[in-house]
Amino acid sequence: MLDKIKEFASTFFVTGDPMIYGADVSIALATIGIVFVLTYFKKWGWLWKNWLTTVDHKKVGIMYILAAILMLFRGGVDALLMRVQLATPDVTLLHPEHYNQIFTTHGTIMILFMAMPLMFGLFNIAVPLQIGARDVAFPFLNALSFWLFFMGAMLFNLSFVIGGSPDAGWLSYPPLSELQFSPGVGQNFYIWGIQISGIGSLATGINFIVTIIKMRAPGMTWMKMPVFTWSVFSSCVIIIFAFPILTVTLALLFLDRFGGGHFFTLDFGGNPMMYINLIWMWGHPEVYIVVLPAFGIYSEVISVFSKKKLFGYKSMVYAMFMIAILSFFTWAHHFFTMGSGADVNAFFAISTMVIAIPTGVKVFNWLFTMYRGKITFKTPMMWSIAFIPNFLIAGLTGVMLSVAPADFQFHNSYFLIAHFHSALIGGVVFGYLAGLYYWWPKMFGFTLPETPGKWAFWFWNIGFYVCFIPQYSLGLMGMTRRLSTYGWDTGWQPLNLVSTVGAFLMGIGFLFQVLQILLGIKNYRKLKDTTGDPWGGHTLEWSIPSPAPEYNFATIPQVEERDDWWAEKDKRAKGIFRKQPPIEAIHMPKNSAIPFIMSVFFFIAGFGFVFGWSFFYIPGLIGVAICMICRSFFSYDGDYYIPADEVKRTEAAIRGSV
Amino acid sequence: MAQAAAHHSHDHDHGHHDPQELKMLGFWIFLVTDVILFSTLFATFVVLRNNTAGGPGGAELFNMTGVIIETFLLLTSSFTSGLAVLAMNKGSMKGLISWLIVTAILGLGFIGFEVYEFVEMVHEGANFGTSAFLSAFFTLVGTHGLHVSLGLVWMIGLMFQLKKRGLTPETKGKVSALSLYWHFLDAVWIFLLTVVYLMGVM
Ligand code: HEM
Ligand SMILES: [Cu+2]
Repeated sequence: MLDKIKEFASTFFVTGDPMIYGADVSIALATIGIVFVLTYFKKWGWLWKNWLTTVDHKKVGIMYILAAILMLFRGGVDALLMRVQLATPDVTLLHPEHYNQIFTTHGTIMILFMAMPLMFGLFNIAVPLQIGARDVAFPFLNALSFWLFFMGAMLFNLSFVIGGSPDAGWLSYPPLSELQFSPGVGQNFYIWGIQISGIGSLATGINFIVTIIKMRAPGMTWMKMPVFTWSVFSSCVIIIFAFPILTVTLALLFLDRFGGGHFFTLDFGGNPMMYINLIWMWGHPEVYIVVLPAFGIYSEVISVFSKKKLFGYKSMVYAMFMIAILSFFTWAHHFFTMGSGADVNAFFAISTMVIAIPTGVKVFNWLFTMYRGKITFKTPMMWSIAFIPNFLIAGLTGVMLSVAPADFQFHNSYFLIAHFHSALIGGVVFGYLAGLYYWWPKMFGFTLPETPGKWAFWFWNIGFYVCFIPQYSLGLMGMTRRLSTYGWDTGWQPLNLVSTVGAFLMGIGFLFQVLQILLGIKNYRKLKDTTGDPWGGHTLEWSIPSPAPEYNFATIPQVEERDDWWAEKDKRAKGIFRKQPPIEAIHMPKNSAIPFIMSVFFFIAGFGFVFGWSFFYIPGLIGVAICMICRSFFSYDGDYYIPADEVKRTEAAIRGSV
Repeated sequence: MAQAAAHHSHDHDHGHHDPQELKMLGFWIFLVTDVILFSTLFATFVVLRNNTAGGPGGAELFNMTGVIIETFLLLTSSFTSGLAVLAMNKGSMKGLISWLIVTAILGLGFIGFEVYEFVEMVHEGANFGTSAFLSAFFTLVGTHGLHVSLGLVWMIGLMFQLKKRGLTPETKGKVSALSLYWHFLDAVWIFLLTVVYLMGVM
């Protein structure tokens, strides 16, 4: 009996590596610590009422951002481990299998559990405020999306200490990811972690499309809509077309592993190439899902901090939509080398190159916006400016990769790694950081201190070039990706060492950001944003106090201009005031525990499927079904009214006077 | 408060949007994602349909009589779900419930025949794991069947809600969404019939 338990425990819990035991201990300690603090300060009720059951888009946004930053930390530690391993030849810090797990989890976490939630966090914070709405179209669904993402991410991360991590690369190519070659549960964690959070992403896409179509303030025509909101809209359109493909692809892989199917196996007629096509039909558009909102942020920030209207607003919008459509016609450039033939490769090479055109249009628009502007170098602006030269490099190397014959040389080399990190870090991460700095006061009511922010910026930015520029050369010198170690005779050592140093510089940059937040919290009284408009913004979110009250707008604004808040401020300076409509009772959605509980059941079901335990997945699925039925039956009184008097009192308290 | 919310009409509150309109648009977009989902499964099926790996193919396996009965049941149920909406628009609760019951029975019949067909195939040794073609077949047709089954659960739940709440804008919205969903499943079936069965036996 005891032996059986021991045997089970040794396969269930990951063992053998000091790093894993370290993680076990830190997870246990963190859990005990959290439970202790919550109990000691009697905060359980507060946590439940204000956060776990909230449907307020601003709070949901904050939770997304918090979770994403934690995931950035985890993914970052993975990255540093890999870079240490590769700094000099013949290092044995990570065994090859462990190295495989780390590059797999690093890639998956960074794209699906860091970039996506950070992006959704910013959607939630900014979009309803920018369009003058009180909430998103479906607040309940919004909370559900968050919790699905969160539980998916937790499930994925659990694989590190329980069962074992996936190790077939961040896109899990078969046949390697099939049962035959990956018999452990790692791939199952991969499938279910992504599947559960993916359903949440799809729901978010639907939610924001409806929000943007239907809930814009009166007067805000499509061509008066803020650019960031446009970018969110185009990103969500890509989501609703791309994510169902991912859902199906992962489900089929699961059916192969769990039900003995033959979609992608090598025998019985399976076709692994089909997986690779399907996953990239999602994967390439995914890249644009995350980068378009970053483009939106750059547009907002560059315009505000240059004190000029965005140059070429309409061309920006059209460029975004062209990118959204074209993103679906380039997927095969990820496997030029896999024998599709010259005609197919030529088609995809050209369609890839065509994307450079709208992207170029956007870069010129940003430059023209800055030209002769009154630029102030606050942190959001610094990240935005730093993005431009960097994206030029990413774009140029991207076009190099798109030349199909040349790609036979670059493919799966470090050159590719350098390219997509330029695009993903320099384009996406820089953008979201700019957005985080930009909207921070709106979220929390104080601005972050600039000095540690500037240190962070320079460490990140210099570290970025030091890390990735050498990788272009390494790629051309023949170093392939996913390599756990190499010999001295290769001559790759010096550049790899430089690259590792760069990675650590970025790590220091991250620490400065943590410090910056801590200093900000400590001095928040001094840094308090009393105006609601610390940057001199041009969109509606800056017309209300910081942080925004729960109902956002006491009265719904009437929009007249594209940069309405700038126009409004001009008029007020001239002594022309708009007549404010009277304050009325405000209609608000009620909190709900169902999103949280339902996601916990999803987690249980997912965990059961990972191990093939029907006593977990059947109750899990039943729980999900019950939650859905409850929701359907209780959906009739999901809202309440804040009385006009209470709104007036709140407004008077935050504004001094109305 | 809840009471108050139910009785407020939206004309006095400018920040308030007609929730039924939002839900309908959301539902349409959800259906778009479902179209993509089915398209991906169709594409997979088309790629794998000849990969029978020496096992049985469509021509040997499909029982066209059963399929034609299924088609007949589903098409009729789509029609009766339309009649349900018509009854609802006339304000007839009785008509609505009766037509929903007819629709549900037809839907159940469809599922019954499908399950029977699957069981028959498995008995003949044509399993999910026999070949790539059969994996793709069971997944594509099964996903449609699962959609129909979920629709049935929804329909039954909705009948209880209708009994309890009567015809309110909310329940009406739900019935419209359900009937939209049902028509959509019908359209998917037409494609299934053509691509899987007719082209399979040809
Ligand atoms: C300016 C337009 C761009 C072009 C022309 C381009 C081109 C390419 C090409 C041809 C590849 C395949 C290389 C190979 O496998 O040999 C590739 C890979 C990749 N690109 Fe881009 N790209 C562009 C923008 C972006 C952006 C904006 C992102 C992310 C935000 C991105 C992320 C990636 C990633 C993650 C991969 C790696 C795929 C893998 O794991 O094999 N790219 N790109
Ligand atoms: Cu691509």
